[in-house]
Amino acid sequence: MEPVLAIVVGVLFAAAIYLILRRSLVKLVIGLILLSNAANLLIFTVSGFTRAAPPLVPEGLEQPVGAVADPLPQALILTAIVISFGVLAFAVVLIHRAYEVVGHDDLDQMKDTDT
Amino acid sequence: MNALVALPVVIPMIVGALSLALWRSLPAQRVLGVLGTGALLAASVWLLITVAREGVLVMHMGEWQGPFGIVLVADLLGAIMTVLGAITGFAVAVYSIGTVEESEEKFGYYPLLHLLLAGVSGAFLTGDIFNLYVWVEVLLVASFALLTLGGERAQMEGAIKYVTLNLLSSVLLLAAVGLTYGMFGSLNMADLSDKFAQTEEHGLITVIGMLFLVSFSIKAAAFPFFFWLPASYHTPHVAVSALFAGLLTKVGVYALFRFFTLLFDQDVGYTHNLLLWIAGFTMLTGVLGAAAQFEFRRILSFHIISQIGYMIMGLALFTPLAIVGGVFYIMHHIIVKANLFLVSGAAYRLCGTYELKHLGGLYRSRPVLGLLFLIPALSLAGMPPLSGFFAKFIIIRAGVEVSAWPIVIVALITGLLTLYSMVKIWAEAFWKATPDNAPAPPQASGPMWPLYTAIGGMALMTVIIGLWAHPIYELAHTAAEQMLDPAVYIEAVLGETR
Amino acid sequence: MGGSLILQTAARALLPLLLLLSVFLLLRGHDEPGGGFIAGLVASSAFALYVFAYDAATSRRLLTVDSRTMMGVGLLLGALAGLPAMFRGEAYLAAQWWDVSLGPISLNTPLIFDIGVYLVVIGTVMTIVFALAEAEEN
Repeated sequence: MEPVLAIVVGVLFAAAIYLILRRSLVKLVIGLILLSNAANLLIFTVSGFTRAAPPLVPEGLEQPVGAVADPLPQALILTAIVISFGVLAFAVVLIHRAYEVVGHDDLDQMKDTDT
Repeated sequence: MNALVALPVVIPMIVGALSLALWRSLPAQRVLGVLGTGALLAASVWLLITVAREGVLVMHMGEWQGPFGIVLVADLLGAIMTVLGAITGFAVAVYSIGTVEESEEKFGYYPLLHLLLAGVSGAFLTGDIFNLYVWVEVLLVASFALLTLGGERAQMEGAIKYVTLNLLSSVLLLAAVGLTYGMFGSLNMADLSDKFAQTEEHGLITVIGMLFLVSFSIKAAAFPFFFWLPASYHTPHVAVSALFAGLLTKVGVYALFRFFTLLFDQDVGYTHNLLLWIAGFTMLTGVLGAAAQFEFRRILSFHIISQIGYMIMGLALFTPLAIVGGVFYIMHHIIVKANLFLVSGAAYRLCGTYELKHLGGLYRSRPVLGLLFLIPALSLAGMPPLSGFFAKFIIIRAGVEVSAWPIVIVALITGLLTLYSMVKIWAEAFWKATPDNAPAPPQASGPMWPLYTAIGGMALMTVIIGLWAHPIYELAHTAAEQMLDPAVYIEAVLGETR
Repeated sequence: MGGSLILQTAARALLPLLLLLSVFLLLRGHDEPGGGFIAGLVASSAFALYVFAYDAATSRRLLTVDSRTMMGVGLLLGALAGLPAMFRGEAYLAAQWWDVSLGPISLNTPLIFDIGVYLVVIGTVMTIVFALAEAEEN
């Protein structure tokens, strides 16, 4: 499973970078979305997999029985998803506004502030 | 257990929430802005004094013990940075009374200001790498919104570059955090430092270190990742520019200092040599970029980059004196740079433009403002007896001590060219006669005294750091000693559980 | 602007159900699956549905409180929920369990924190949705 997911992470990163390097605003946003998903999947993959062993404490015991999955990576990913949700929502609003103000979708036409 | 450590994070959080709840009342938000940042300043100064007296303070959030819980750690470096953040926040809050338009206040200027400060303090005080990511995101989201307040075309264009590159850097940071956790099973900085010291896999650590290096270099606007900064920093409201100039890149610099003293000090020959190259190129490209500019804020933006080079140079030389110089430089730079942006805003209020070609005659009409510009400008260029002289002196002295001649020469040339830029601004904006094509000054919307108060206060601090450089040097020295001896930090965080 | 009759009728029927579900998820949280974040998302989906079925102004009226005020109050609750621990000499955000309960619900600082999160999520999501919808309507 790990090699497959590792390849998926690589493909996601590559696709994201490719989209960000395109000239279109919309593709830029899609690239950013893919990028954050790639990072989340990366965390999930590098922390290793444990199948069918939820980290739950059985009724009446003080600690779980046997080896259980590490719940922390999932907590990290959940936090990262929430954060990227907020950031990307802002990015979408920003790009909508930028499109309205600038009037087109082409990043090459947005060079006024460059030096 | 010390609750004091949480105050610089909790105060702006609560004040920000209050001013968000008081959405409709702008006067209340203004008062809260000044009071809240004032309280933040008081709390962080208190924290710094306590840390200087009693050593590293640690708080385990929610009583979950390290290395499993989230810790807030205030060592001297963190406490100094928090104070500097609070000073900038306070000055900007005072300055905002006179300059921020009502339309911008209505879109949540003050709540965002507090949220940004909470994020900055959190990033300086956290002892957990994932938490660092979270705080960096908090301050980024606030900075995105502040950058686009007003919605001018230039702001949108600047914001797209700013948002894209900063998100890229955040994703790299997240990926690096994930890889670290995957390999070492911990996120606590102290615990990681311990684990890094014991492991044999130096290659892997260096790889992760490079990911962190790229990510924080983007945030710090170091060469070759700085392009977003000059494309965006001159577009927002000037109070926002000043806040960003003082604090945001410095979060990146702080993170570099923290990570490359506490965590990645195994392969110094490789990592810190790389940092030295970055430092040299950052200084040169920044100052040469500034030489080509003729817009007040663009010149200042490029100078942020060149100054970042000095700080990284302090870190890269990695001798005790060099680290002292780096910390001293950060202290000097945050105050001076924010102040220069504040001055540029005052010039804009009086003349209605940032273009040096159209500015002029300010010294004749406002001699006090001229003087207040000269203090930070000459300090930035490194004129004695102002703060910048000692900052540059310590770093260059450290370079001479280890015979790193190329970087010393680059640093000296950069200092000279900085003086050229500052003289250019002085000659164009203040000294020469008002040009014929000068635009009409904008309709004054607020009082001028908050501008002068903020600028004067910051200038006074520059002079104080210069005249009483010795106690500040001692402070930086103790901070550097703590940084170069990770055992102190580790003992403070994990002492109770080990 | 506004959706079809079917969507409008469905939105009217779904709103109370979704709100009830969100409160259920909110109070169930901490010890069992649920909590402020997910509950806030469910509640804001109810109001967002109203935006699609009718328009942003109708949904704003239904929410009664300004979404930004809601964000502020939520943040305040969340930040204040950490303070009681400090008065007892414990670290910020350490959970305090008080011996007060209303039926199955017991009062404690995690619950206050969760309610804060609930309000922040509704406030944030609705601010974004309103901003986008109103930009579209104009």
